[in-house]
Amino acid sequence: MVKRAVPSRDEIMSVLDEVKDPEVPILSVVELGIVRDATADETGVEVTITPTYSGCPAMREIEDEIRAALTSRGYGEVRVRTTYSPPWTTDWIAEPARRKLAEYGIAPPGRAGDVELIPLRTRRAAIACPYCASTNTEQRSEFGSTACKSIWYCRECRQPFEEFKAI
Amino acid sequence: MSSAPQNPVVEYLLRLGDDRLVLGHRLSEWCGHGPILEEDIALANISLDLIGQATLILKLAAEIEGTGRNEDTLAFFRDSADYRNVQLVELPKGDFGFTIVRQLFFSVYALLQMEALQKGRLEGMAGIAAKAVKENRYHVRHSAQWVMTLGDGTAESHARIQIAVDELWRYTGELFLSDAVDEAAVRDGVGVDPTLLQAPWREQVGDILGRATIDMPKDGYMQRGGRTGRHTEHLGHLLTEMQIVARSHPGAQW
Repeated sequence: MVKRAVPSRDEIMSVLDEVKDPEVPILSVVELGIVRDATADETGVEVTITPTYSGCPAMREIEDEIRAALTSRGYGEVRVRTTYSPPWTTDWIAEPARRKLAEYGIAPPGRAGDVELIPLRTRRAAIACPYCASTNTEQRSEFGSTACKSIWYCRECRQPFEEFKAI
Repeated sequence: MSSAPQNPVVEYLLRLGDDRLVLGHRLSEWCGHGPILEEDIALANISLDLIGQATLILKLAAEIEGTGRNEDTLAFFRDSADYRNVQLVELPKGDFGFTIVRQLFFSVYALLQMEALQKGRLEGMAGIAAKAVKENRYHVRHSAQWVMTLGDGTAESHARIQIAVDELWRYTGELFLSDAVDEAAVRDGVGVDPTLLQAPWREQVGDILGRATIDMPKDGYMQRGGRTGRHTEHLGHLLTEMQIVARSHPGAQW
């Protein structure tokens, strides 16, 4: 039997960095913080993932794509484990990924935990329009086309846009 | 598949899961019928969060029960008498005012509950709760915003919110009842005592109703029974619709 080379964590992560999120295809599952860990031994690899939202409908597809990407590299058996703790937060999205989001037309998230519980009729501090950078914007809804986004409107360039909401 | 579980932890988790599953299904009825597009999307999103939370909790309940059931068999192959949700969440969706007042009542309760449960001793549930807290905060914000806007809005919107508050009030008592199942779950460090949630719930809901210029009703007769499987006729109708495909084609996959 041929002894299989055990890939390093970095090697696995760089393969997973090719797996894009189906709903935000500009970012990989690594950049989004969905992939929490990866380990390997002679028998195969184990990847730990965490969902962005409890009901995220993309999790099954993400799991399948991770499996396909790693299987094609011949790393042996691929095990995907799901964890809910610690809970996913947008704070795990690093600066380069935030820039990609803005370039893609989605305003990056603010700091998690800054959302006050009762909206005392105060509007949130305006965020910059990802198209024209104006802060003359308003929030239209805290729930957007996917669970992770909210809907905004730019009064300057009259462009509706989405924000990756802080959670 | 109608045998009630003997394990109080399983029973406790079924209560948590069923509240979210039934309310999530009720909310999904707004999909395509929301008063405005943004609201249609918002209600569908909140529905998705609740059904997602329910899936995780029922899965955990099934694993602990260990009799071969899973989250799908629990959702699709139990009859109404085996459901453990409060009656509040099974009532028909009513008008938008009714739906949004119910969302406020349930979301404030759910947030308080999950905040306590994330410190619980059952690791799986603590993780689910920590995740749910983040989602529930957005749910409270959403319903509070609407109740304040509509309550302190036109004569028509004010009247509809007040009617909904008065109508739903008698279904809120059940949220805070404690029985042997709750006591056992609290003793095991798994659950939270429902009676402890009532004072903060009244304070938060009262604050929002006050800002909405809505009168908080006096406590009178309170409905009860959902936690032990005694439901209104509405749950049966909801389950019929929710379960028809799974029961017509058992084991089907796509």
